[in-house]
Amino acid sequence: MPRSRSSSRSSISDRADGPIIRVRGLVTRLGGRVLHDQLDLDVRRGEVLGVVGGSGSGKSVLLRTIIGLMRPAAGTIEVFGEDLQTQSEQRRRQIEARWGVLFQDGALFSSMTVAQNIAVPLHEQLALRAPLIDEIAALKVGLVGLPREAAAKHPAELSGGMRKRAGLARALALDPQLLFLDEPTAGLDPIGAAAFDALIRDLRMALGLTVFMVTHDLDSLVAICDRIAVLVDKRLRIGTMAELLRDPDPWIQAYFRGPRGRAAITERAAGRSDG
Amino acid sequence: MQGSGGWLEIARGDDALVLQAGGCWLVASAAELDRSLNRLDTLAAATTVRIDLAGIEMLDTVGAWLVLRTRRRFEGRGIATSIENVPQAFAPLLDQVAKGEPPEPVPAPRLGFAQTLRAALEFVGEETFKFLEAARELLGFFGLVCIAVLRAFREPARLRTVSVVAQMQRAGVSALPIVGLLSFLIGVVLTFQGADQLRRFGAEIFAVDLLGLGVLRELGVLLTAIIVAGRSGSAFTAELGAMQVNEEVDALRTLGLDPVDVLVLPRLFGLILALPLLTFYANFMALLGGALMCWIALGIPLVEFMRELHDSISEWTFWLGVLKAPFFAASIAVVGCRRGLSVERSAESVGRSTTLSVVESIFLVILIDAAFSILFAQLHI
Repeated sequence: MPRSRSSSRSSISDRADGPIIRVRGLVTRLGGRVLHDQLDLDVRRGEVLGVVGGSGSGKSVLLRTIIGLMRPAAGTIEVFGEDLQTQSEQRRRQIEARWGVLFQDGALFSSMTVAQNIAVPLHEQLALRAPLIDEIAALKVGLVGLPREAAAKHPAELSGGMRKRAGLARALALDPQLLFLDEPTAGLDPIGAAAFDALIRDLRMALGLTVFMVTHDLDSLVAICDRIAVLVDKRLRIGTMAELLRDPDPWIQAYFRGPRGRAAITERAAGRSDG
Repeated sequence: MQGSGGWLEIARGDDALVLQAGGCWLVASAAELDRSLNRLDTLAAATTVRIDLAGIEMLDTVGAWLVLRTRRRFEGRGIATSIENVPQAFAPLLDQVAKGEPPEPVPAPRLGFAQTLRAALEFVGEETFKFLEAARELLGFFGLVCIAVLRAFREPARLRTVSVVAQMQRAGVSALPIVGLLSFLIGVVLTFQGADQLRRFGAEIFAVDLLGLGVLRELGVLLTAIIVAGRSGSAFTAELGAMQVNEEVDALRTLGLDPVDVLVLPRLFGLILALPLLTFYANFMALLGGALMCWIALGIPLVEFMRELHDSISEWTFWLGVLKAPFFAASIAVVGCRRGLSVERSAESVGRSTTLSVVESIFLVILIDAAFSILFAQLHI
C-alpha cells in the first residue's frame, strides 16, 4: 500500500518508473587508494537496502558520494532520475531537499535544542509561520518516539539513542521520499537497536520511504532490509538474504555464516515459524 | 480556496459544516494551507464539522498534522468533528501522526514592565555571580597547578622536558615573526610621534628617552604578552577543549596520568621560559625600529642615539620590564588551560571558552601590570 502511494506521489516530479538511485561505473579514490571500481547500483522505489562490507571497504564513502559530499573520480550517479553533477547549484539544492540523511552520531548542531535542529531545514527551505514550525518540530519529535521534554534539550543532554532519534527527526523534517542512514544502530544496546529498527520499519510503512542504510548490524539487516548489497572487491553484490547465502564469495560466506550471522538468521526463521 | 498544491473548500450542509480537502497536502504547500485553516477560527460555529479527505491525492506528515490539528481546534471549541473518506493509502500515515501528536503550543505570556525590570535585574545578578564564580574557580585551579608545580620540583622526573621544549618552540619560536614585526613598528611609531611633540620645545633628542623607557619598562613586555595571549592562550584552550570533547582527558585519567601534569605543566613552564626571551627580542626590535626612525627621519645618527639611550636607561630599566614576563606567562597559561579543561561536550562551548580565555588572560595581564606599577612606585624604583 505505501509503495503505490510513494510512486503516485513522485510521478508529478519525475519518472515514476526506474530506480530512485542509479549508479553506473562509479570509481572513487581516497588518498591514492581505489575504494570503488566500476561499481553499479540500483535502489528501487520503496525498498530498504542495507549496505554491508568490511571496515574501511568504503561503505560510508559510497553514501557520502551518492549524497554529493564527495566527488567520484568517474561514473554517473542519478538520484530521482537526475544526475547531480550536471545540475545547477539551485536545482541541486531542490533535489537535496527531497532526501534526508542521518549521520552516525546524529550530527546535531550542538548549539541548538532538538526542536531548533528540526526547524533548521524548515526555516531554510519553506516560508512557514513560526507557530507552524514549532508544531511541525513537536510533531517530528513525537513521530520518532522521543518524549516531549526532549524538544527543548540540547544534544549534549541526550543519550546516544535519543541523539540518533533526534537526528532522524531532523532528517525527516521536510518529509523526504528517500532516507540515507549511516550505521543507525551502531552504539545502541540491543533493546535500543531493535526499537530503532522497529521505528524505521513503521515510518517506512507510514511515510512510504525508500531507505539506503549502511550498517554492520546483522539483526537490522534481517529485520528490516528487503535487499542487501555487499561491498566486496570494490563492487557490490546485491540480493536478498537467501540469495546472498548461496553466494560462494568467501567474505560473504564468513559474514553471514559466521556465528553472529547464523544466530541472527536462525532467530528470524524461528520467529517466522512462530508467527 | 484553491492552493498551488492542496485545496480546501467549505460547504454548509444541512446542519453541519463540511470541509472538503483535496490535492497535495504536502509540506511544500503547508504555508498556504495553514493560512486557509487559520481563517476557519473566525467562522461562525456549526454544531458538527465533517472533514472530507476524499479529494486528497498526496499526503505527508505535515499535511496529516494540519488535518488533525483542524479537528482538534474544532473539538476544543466544543464542536463534534469527524474525519471522513480517508483514502486507504493514507490511513497508516494518519494513525502514525496521531500517535505522535504534539500538544497545542502554549503562547508565551507577555511580560509587563515590572517583570521586564525584574528579569533585567536578575540577569545582572546572575552575571555578577558567574563572574565571582569564575574568579573562585580560577583561584582553585591556580592552587591545583601550584601543588603540581611543587610536586614537579620535588620529583623532577614528573616534568616532561620534551613537551616543555615543544611548547617553547610553538609559543616562542613560532611567534618570533609577528612579535618582531609588531615591536619594530611600535618602535617606529613611538619615536616618530614622540619626536613630533618634543620638536616644539626643541627637545627632539628626548624621543630616544621616551622610546627607551617606554619600551623597556612597559610596552615591550605588555605587547608581547598580549600577542602571546591571543596566539598561545587561545591555542591552549582550543587544544585542551577539543581533547575534553573527545574524552581524551578522561582517557588520561583512567591511564593513571594526571591531566595537570601531562597537559598543563608543559604549557605553563614552556610559556614561562619563552615569554621573557620573546620580551627581550621584542625590546630589541622596538629599539631597532626607533633607531632607524631617528636616523632616517630625524637625522639623529646611530652613535648619538646610542649615547642618549645609554644615558637615559640603566640596567634595571630592562630588568624591571622582563621581570614581569614570567608572571604574565603564568597567568596566560593558567587561564588558557583552565578554560580548555572546563569545556563541555559541544562545539559552541569550545568557541565560547576560547573567547573567554583570551579576554580573561589579557585582563589579568593588564591587572598584574598595574599591580607591578604600584609596587615599583612604592619601592621608588
